[in-house]
Amino acid sequence: MLENLTYFVLAMFVGREVISKVPQTLHTPLMSGSNAISGITIVGALVAGGMVGGVWAKWLGVGALIAATINVVGGFMVTDRMLRMFKKKEPRALDAKQEGASVGGHVPEAVAARS
Amino acid sequence: MLTVVINLAYLLAAALFIFGLKRLQSPATARGGNQLAALGMLIAVVATLFWQRILTPVEMIAGLVVGGLIGMILAKRVQMTSMPELVAAFNGFGGLASVLVAGAEVARFLTDSDGMTASVVPAAQVAAGVPLDFTTTLTILLSVLIGMVTFSGSFVAFGKLSEKISGNPVNFPGMRALTLLLTLGSLAAMVWALIGAPDFPRVSEPVVWGVLALAGLAFVLGILLVLPIGGADMPVVVALLNSYSGLAAAATGFVLSNTALIVSGALVGASGLILTKIMCDAMNRSLFNVLLGGFGGDAADAAPVAGAAQDLTFTATTPDDTAILLSYAETVIIVPGYGLAVAQAQHQVRELAELLQKRGVSVKYAVHPVAGRMPGHMNVLLAEANVPYDQLFEMDEINHEFDTCDVSLVIGANDVVNPAARHDKSSPIYGMPILNVDHSQTVIFLKRSLRPGYSGVQNELFYASNTRMLFGDAKDSVTALINEVKAL
Repeated sequence: MLENLTYFVLAMFVGREVISKVPQTLHTPLMSGSNAISGITIVGALVAGGMVGGVWAKWLGVGALIAATINVVGGFMVTDRMLRMFKKKEPRALDAKQEGASVGGHVPEAVAARS
Repeated sequence: MLTVVINLAYLLAAALFIFGLKRLQSPATARGGNQLAALGMLIAVVATLFWQRILTPVEMIAGLVVGGLIGMILAKRVQMTSMPELVAAFNGFGGLASVLVAGAEVARFLTDSDGMTASVVPAAQVAAGVPLDFTTTLTILLSVLIGMVTFSGSFVAFGKLSEKISGNPVNFPGMRALTLLLTLGSLAAMVWALIGAPDFPRVSEPVVWGVLALAGLAFVLGILLVLPIGGADMPVVVALLNSYSGLAAAATGFVLSNTALIVSGALVGASGLILTKIMCDAMNRSLFNVLLGGFGGDAADAAPVAGAAQDLTFTATTPDDTAILLSYAETVIIVPGYGLAVAQAQHQVRELAELLQKRGVSVKYAVHPVAGRMPGHMNVLLAEANVPYDQLFEMDEINHEFDTCDVSLVIGANDVVNPAARHDKSSPIYGMPILNVDHSQTVIFLKRSLRPGYSGVQNELFYASNTRMLFGDAKDSVTALINEVKAL
């Protein structure tokens, strides 16, 4: 019990250190990502679901497994979907052409400035 | 030997979670970080399945597949703009899982078992007929309590965020008393179960009924705790519930004495608590104040406050005037708010910004920490519209730039730019850090009307001499601006 408590407290400290540096821009993916991690309960559910201990335990375990898996799979996928959208500004060939047309002759600099 | 391997696998999983979260510190590495964390989860699951291989795998595979499919479908199909409520829903499922695991730990003693080694309760304890000692029972009860409150609370948050439930704080007479009663009832159920634990499972009633009663009370408690909180305070609530689901996982970990659960639960718990604190600081309201509820409401229901009755004048403007102002500015800062999400105008805003940038105007976005309905809501919204993330700035980074800004374009934001927060001690938003929009040369508000925002407070900035109001739906207004700028 005391060991477990030690792990818990140390892990909270680590969490605090790691999370406090996540920029505001990524707070939503942070929430969905950390939520997916909390789906680690899936492990507990697997232990419970695999139990040979009566009908109730079995079905509660399977229910737990389904709920936890929704949490995990959904959570990681949704986080990935969000993170895919965060892009830096990329130089676009089309823009360069338009710049070239209006500014005339300064295309390379314009492209370099944009990247 | 097997347990050593499995525990090492759990250690690896925890390490991957930590590395994964660390990589969330930059948008460039964030996606990889998420994938690392997912890998860690996979390792933990495979290790546990491996451990269980001697027992019935059929239901386990079935559970994994069903849950996986549901999760995948929800993640892929849901619109990006419904992200806040989806996160709340997933959070709820996590809480539910904790409750069910705890329930299973109790239930497995209810019929004759054949000395399984699956659980971590020592065989000697089982043999002695006292499978549930004080600590185990307590952690089971905590798991149920926290998990259930997380479950029902998260789904109420889901309802409020998806506007299925009113965004106004819901209060009925006696609500506080009822909440208190439920809390006491929950404690009583816990005590009853703890007293009955030593006789379990011979005399199973106290524990079983104690747990069931606790589950029921905690369910209603979760609802009552979130119901009185207004829609725009949801970011705080969701962050807090996020942390609860982590703590529920950790509690389950204590029940099963499983390191992976304890460590991961603690990580997530800490993460949620930090976000909650950031949100509260950003609103300059204590967590207690937020949770007590009764603050703020949707503009539709709030009556315009007395300020409008005074002899204050505002200046309305038109898209063509605004277009000229924007096009010939050197610097423009766009301030997005929840109204932008409601109007779904983010793509138009990006298009306008690009048009201006091509004309040599510097365009930046200033995002207040509590803009929107979720921490980072505006950032996700704008990212979806393909706004490059290096154009998005946090309040602390960009606030001083308003002094040299020509035009501030406020779209759907209200309280976060209200100067009353600085000097009006009687205002509910007093003390909240705001964006210094009023320092810029001209302020343009895109709004549907003069109605107050979430806090119900009139925004004195509407009546300032350097402010112009562009009335209309944000999407229509911005589209009009785009056309005007193109025509210049």
